[in-house]
Amino acid sequence: MPLRAKVASSVSRTAAALSRAAGRGDGSVIGGWIGLKIDPDLLAHLAAGRAIALVSGTNGKTTTTRLTAAALGVLGPVATNSFGANMPSGHTSALAKAGSTPYAVLEVDEHYLAQVLDATEPRVVALLNLSRDQLDRAKEVAMMAQMWRSMLVRHPSIHVVANADDPMVVWAATSPATKSEGQQPSPAVTWFSAGQRWQDDSWVCPECGAPIDRAADQWWCTGCPLLRPKPQWIVEEDGVLDPTGAWHKVVLQLPGQVNLGNAATALAVAAEFGVRPTDAVPRLAAVASIAGRYAQVSRNGRNIRLLLAKNPASWLEAFEMADAAPTLLSINARDPDGLDTSWLFDVDFAPLRGRQVLITGDRAYDLAVRLEVNEVPFQHVRTFADAVAAAPPGRLEVIANYTAFQDIRAELDRVN
Amino acid sequence: VSTETLRIVWIYPDLLSTYGDRGNLLILARRGTQRGIPVEFTEIRSDQPLPSSADIYLIGGGEDGPQALAAQRLIADGGLHRAAAQGSVVFAVCAGYQLLGGSFFAKGAQCAGLNLLDLHSDRGATRAVGELAGAIDPRLGLPPLSGFENHGGRTHLGPEVSPLARLTTGIGNDGTSEGAWRGKLLGTYSHGPALARNPALADLLLSWAIGVNELPELDDTWANRLRAERIAAVAGRA
Repeated sequence: MPLRAKVASSVSRTAAALSRAAGRGDGSVIGGWIGLKIDPDLLAHLAAGRAIALVSGTNGKTTTTRLTAAALGVLGPVATNSFGANMPSGHTSALAKAGSTPYAVLEVDEHYLAQVLDATEPRVVALLNLSRDQLDRAKEVAMMAQMWRSMLVRHPSIHVVANADDPMVVWAATSPATKSEGQQPSPAVTWFSAGQRWQDDSWVCPECGAPIDRAADQWWCTGCPLLRPKPQWIVEEDGVLDPTGAWHKVVLQLPGQVNLGNAATALAVAAEFGVRPTDAVPRLAAVASIAGRYAQVSRNGRNIRLLLAKNPASWLEAFEMADAAPTLLSINARDPDGLDTSWLFDVDFAPLRGRQVLITGDRAYDLAVRLEVNEVPFQHVRTFADAVAAAPPGRLEVIANYTAFQDIRAELDRVN
Repeated sequence: VSTETLRIVWIYPDLLSTYGDRGNLLILARRGTQRGIPVEFTEIRSDQPLPSSADIYLIGGGEDGPQALAAQRLIADGGLHRAAAQGSVVFAVCAGYQLLGGSFFAKGAQCAGLNLLDLHSDRGATRAVGELAGAIDPRLGLPPLSGFENHGGRTHLGPEVSPLARLTTGIGNDGTSEGAWRGKLLGTYSHGPALARNPALADLLLSWAIGVNELPELDDTWANRLRAERIAAVAGRA
């Protein structure tokens, strides 16, 4: 590593330690930010010599990153940004902090994927899904898919692990050259299938604008050859089918069908590094919670479980994994959440009917209006403590968007 | 109303439904039903013919490509023109609002609109993202508009339409006015579920469709709290 990079890396670690000591954060961003100021190529220097997997998509990237890092742990030490700090400063911090490791698994914000891919030259990139998320500042879905597509054209040697069930991802991962040959999957793509609950961002073909039709788990464009490629890794029942046709039972501590899908993705990525599914599966079972997500905390006789849901697609998944128990919903609209609450009307809250529903957060009134139209009775509470008091002893599911989740996590002593 | 039932059509949700647009449909349907009016709503996809006999038509927001495609298909279909000529109510949001005019810009090219409203849209130097607030045209008899906008267009009104509102916060059409209306056609940049924050506007559309001047009051406690909070928030920032 050049001297400048060494200095930058060391300063970066010190700043992260200071940030943690000062109680200002978990140090996962500030150290990298300072390091990159000293050496703008620091991320590339820190990445050099490591075999790297990048994980990106609208939803599931933090969890899939953690599961993939657990699976790659079979081979040796793995550097990873496990706190969800998913921009270049976070990657720089994570790699600097980890020291020299043969492997790294990095969660990447979908907008930064091209930049991080250029800097880190990964062996594998996993593309999970694309759906509407914080449209007041984020790119629209079709623009995002186009950005990924152009990026992959520039890096034809990188192996892609991609979601066969998401038409936008398939289009992004299918290079324009292979498309003309009758939609043969590009040889550099491994497809996985985990089902797709949210479909409202892919009714129209990103290639030609014709409607996309669906039947059972298949989808196809009615106007051009784009269609669902045959997946090699498939979630089936409570396990995962691998490309050889062997089925592996997957036991997770994480709830929900969506996490089985994340596990399948992790197994597919790990396999590209030579990890056998039979060796990886037991390691996935050890993952209990990720930066507070899925964490369970006991408080005043309530078993509180924290679920993070940031956009319509992830709310659908949260309802699927939540128990039919009293549920607290908390919504903010601060900068990290996006300032616009319109998406609440893209979520059907009907699954909550019949449960005790409590609402709180900066934007509880937006939620109140939404729930009223949805005919879901609710009770507004001012604070998290009021919510806990209002729920009977037993399970309390908490579903919150990003900063609302962090606020509640802070009340629970930054539970991990 | 053309029959006993109030019929609402949501135009092309497969193309124009970017962020919570379904809310306007749900809110109109609920506010009708709560007053004992039977409501029937239909979602018409862009590969289906548009019925011209409904009472209220809704068009939502969308990205450039789908917006251009929706305009082409609506022009070719002709159903919305027939409906408007018969006096149906049309409520259009964001990209849907732009395509009611003579022309708009999508993907860097000028596209022909439906020419139902005397206006045309082009690109602004900056994207307009944030809270919208303003006083609605007094002839409509509504409380102030509250909304959220997210668009790159600027809209220029001709003499045959009136602005929906004069803005105190936000960009809207051009930094001063917001939206447009003529007869029973009404468009706004207040995107997504615009009617969630503006129940009185929802009732105006319903009363136009039913042909009455007044509707029984509903309990709008939560909507009013939301409005008060948003209006205070933009006032505090100004």
